[in-house]
Amino acid sequence: MKNFRPLFLLLFSILLTPSLALAQNGGYEVGDTAMNFDLPTVDGSQVSLDGLENNQGAIVIFSCNTCPYVQAYEDRMIELHQRYAPKGYPIIAINSNDSAVSPGDSFDAMKKRAQEKGFPFAYSYDESQEVIKTYGATRTPQAYLLEKQGDEYLVRYIGAIDNNYQDAASVSEPYLANAVDALLEGSEINRQTTKAIGCSIKWSRNSE
Amino acid sequence: MVASLSRLSFVLFLMILPGFSGKDLPEPDFKIISFEEFESLAAKESEKLRIFNFWATWCAPCVREMPYFEEANKSNTDMELYFISMDDARRPERVTSFIEKRDIQSPVYLLNDVDFNSWIDKVNPDWTGAIPATLFVQADGTRHFHEGAMEEPELLSLINQLK
Repeated sequence: MKNFRPLFLLLFSILLTPSLALAQNGGYEVGDTAMNFDLPTVDGSQVSLDGLENNQGAIVIFSCNTCPYVQAYEDRMIELHQRYAPKGYPIIAINSNDSAVSPGDSFDAMKKRAQEKGFPFAYSYDESQEVIKTYGATRTPQAYLLEKQGDEYLVRYIGAIDNNYQDAASVSEPYLANAVDALLEGSEINRQTTKAIGCSIKWSRNSE
Repeated sequence: MVASLSRLSFVLFLMILPGFSGKDLPEPDFKIISFEEFESLAAKESEKLRIFNFWATWCAPCVREMPYFEEANKSNTDMELYFISMDDARRPERVTSFIEKRDIQSPVYLLNDVDFNSWIDKVNPDWTGAIPATLFVQADGTRHFHEGAMEEPELLSLINQLK
């Protein structure tokens, strides 16, 4: 019987692999190296991880215009950028929604929203949806905290901004801020992944 | 104050309205529930396939698939459908007016717990949190979960497979 153990383990891992891949949506897990991207922003420039200067990492947030959860977090995103960009962790917001499916998320609508809210962070457009597919985000808003090590960006936290979208004053666990603070202090991040109810990504119809 | 009182009485009025569905619905049409209440509802013994569809009034793909669920519920006596709203519980009138306008027949429960990370995995570990999402609980208690919108044929074949 003992001789069969490796075979069982092999079979078990073959059976288990597809479901694990599905659960992760083929995207990043904490510890993975994040891809660089080069995306157009609402102010007419480009944003890339490689192009960041004097930074220690980045807070990439998959976002959009139309999702009520995103709208509830816009002021907190502004505040997080103002707090952490000077410490080396700027926010890069990325909208990946297909404007044919969700017209309110077009590049023009993004420019308008950014102006109305006075976003101090880069708000960029992932029109091909290549970035979000590689990262594996499934909803908005969803944050990926990246730490720069040499030329690479390592994923340190994936998930929600905090645990109360309705009321910033009632937040008892500011997950994302806690994670950035931990990186800045060089300590362990307690919660490396969290989940939240969010808006589904409006995938391009021809890509599915 | 007057406005909020009349809003409250409107909600109370809706809560005591009997179900208008052809099937006999034991629960009121609209109710604000805690996650614990949702859990005991989902765990309740039943001889039917029970379907819990997570949605919100502002979620376009959710609203689009709702009629498929309602139609399936009408023609299947061996299933029970619940719409679990993720709308803001501070504004229940958005949900109650939606129910009225769209003539929703199935019970709608607004799940009022914004500490999402504390309960999403308890509904199903495969759920990333995006809506729409649907939990199917078979008569023997087996759970099946689907994240994302469904087309009508896909939903009907899944129901036939599970019931």
